[in-house]
Amino acid sequence: MSATTTPARAGTAPGPLRLTWLHLRYQFLETVRVPIAVLGNMLFPALAMFFFVVPQREVAQNPLWATMSVASLGLFAVCSASLFTYGLGVAEDRQLPFDPFLRSLPAGPGPRMVARIGNGAIFALFGLVPLILIGWLFTAATVTFGQLLAGVGTILLVSVPFVLLGMAVGYSLSAKAALPVVQAVLFPLAFAGGLFLPPQAFPEWLDAISQATPTRAGRDLLVQALTGEPAYGLAWVVLLGWTVLFAVLAAGAYRRDEGRRFR
Amino acid sequence: MTRTRPPERAPARADTPPVPAAAPDPGPATVPAVVAVRGVTRRFGDVVALDDVSLDVGPGELVGLLGPNGAGKSTLLSLVSGQRRPDAGTVRLLGGDPRDAASRAGLGITPQETGLPATLRVREVVDFVGGHFADPVPTGELLEQFGLADLARRQTGALSGGQKRRLAVALSLVGRPRVVLLDEPTTGLDVGARQALWDAIRAYHADGGTVLLTSHYLEEVQALAQRVVVIDRGVVRADDTLDAILRRVGLRRVALRATADLAAWPGVVRAERLDDGTQELYTADADELVRSLVRGEVDFHDLRIRGASLEEAFEEMVTEAAR
Repeated sequence: MSATTTPARAGTAPGPLRLTWLHLRYQFLETVRVPIAVLGNMLFPALAMFFFVVPQREVAQNPLWATMSVASLGLFAVCSASLFTYGLGVAEDRQLPFDPFLRSLPAGPGPRMVARIGNGAIFALFGLVPLILIGWLFTAATVTFGQLLAGVGTILLVSVPFVLLGMAVGYSLSAKAALPVVQAVLFPLAFAGGLFLPPQAFPEWLDAISQATPTRAGRDLLVQALTGEPAYGLAWVVLLGWTVLFAVLAAGAYRRDEGRRFR
Repeated sequence: MTRTRPPERAPARADTPPVPAAAPDPGPATVPAVVAVRGVTRRFGDVVALDDVSLDVGPGELVGLLGPNGAGKSTLLSLVSGQRRPDAGTVRLLGGDPRDAASRAGLGITPQETGLPATLRVREVVDFVGGHFADPVPTGELLEQFGLADLARRQTGALSGGQKRRLAVALSLVGRPRVVLLDEPTTGLDVGARQALWDAIRAYHADGGTVLLTSHYLEEVQALAQRVVVIDRGVVRADDTLDAILRRVGLRRVALRATADLAAWPGVVRAERLDDGTQELYTADADELVRSLVRGEVDFHDLRIRGASLEEAFEEMVTEAAR
């Protein structure tokens, strides 16, 4: 502080933890007050489950296959929610006039980004609830309680790189540009990662590519947590590598961003 | 000018924040500037929004930034609040880089009224913004001060324009800032609401706070500021006391029809002839000009007099500068 006449001020500036908690609470409130956003998030994976898994008896009635299907669709739902919420949501937020105001408050990008990730996780969990219920009631998918907990923990960890990728897109592009980019990223990644077709059906060359994608690494880790079917050896390394890369991209995009591109 | 400045109000509350005492004599060499802008240039594509602008604001000053729309006022504020980076030159806020969050701990700014998160309640927005500061004004107290206490549970989307403005200015003060940036704080408000906001800004300033406010209303700057900085097309055209600026921009426009060309009449600073034959005469003293036209038995009709608009006053300043 430059003014020598200023006596020391009572109270200290809130630390990063308190700021993150603050942003988490208010971002949650803002989202929850628009119920359709929350409902949409819960409906999509449930509907996909009903259309693509439940009707196929040989999948639905095989405990291992059914559990894998729930895992794949769950992961797809989380990836899609992360990429859309962050890619599109952040790009839209940046066009709101409240955004430059938030950026002028004495908090760096950290608390807002971490709070966004936290909120992404919370709403992703909401989305998983109907999926898990359908898997339990209408298919042969089975897990122990411990496996379920491990699965939920894994899916939250796996969602981090996708949230970061979404933010990198959201802070780099306008909302109109972000939408096609998110779609162009999500569907190839989901397919190559074995979220639509099981990777056991892949030819060898595609399997090799698949193992380098964050979706495949995430899927196999999730399946491992839920069924005990072991993931390939490099899955954690691949996931961590993508996480670091996307974190760097997201932070760089945030720093370059100056809000709306006009004055 | 007949306008009198309302008396300064005494500090409104006993528990005022320990802000630096108002410095009546800001010697630029001794008092560190709250805002220091040095040789700043900022472009948006081909458009030069700010062209080598320098500006120092000392502690306790109330500075009005005046200029037409698109002059570069908001760009300048966005640089001071760390939202943008200059292409050239340096910006310092309270001795630090405004792009560092820590430098902004003593800064308050107003959100644009249209930008309040519509689903949050008034109390929640104040709590949220206040939560970023070490020693925020208690929410109830702040809402009381701005006459928003009854609306605390209302979602901001349901507020009227005037209420949103009041909330916006309240948000700029919640962190007990040492300097506030107010961007068009009362645009579009009725007279009563505007007076109430002006009182709040004066009270903050009387407590020792530093204010940098923009407006394209001459009247607003006139009512609040002690020092006026005129910006036009990205360049500082004038930086002076309010009175000195008023003498320069306080022109009147006298429009009339007459057969004689009055452009060279004594007291006429500038004259234009419109297509319909009307002559527009700009003068510092319209009364004296009309009296002298009558004494001179000039045959005129359709006489109309009004204050020169800000645009016209700027035009005058620019041509003056070019001479």
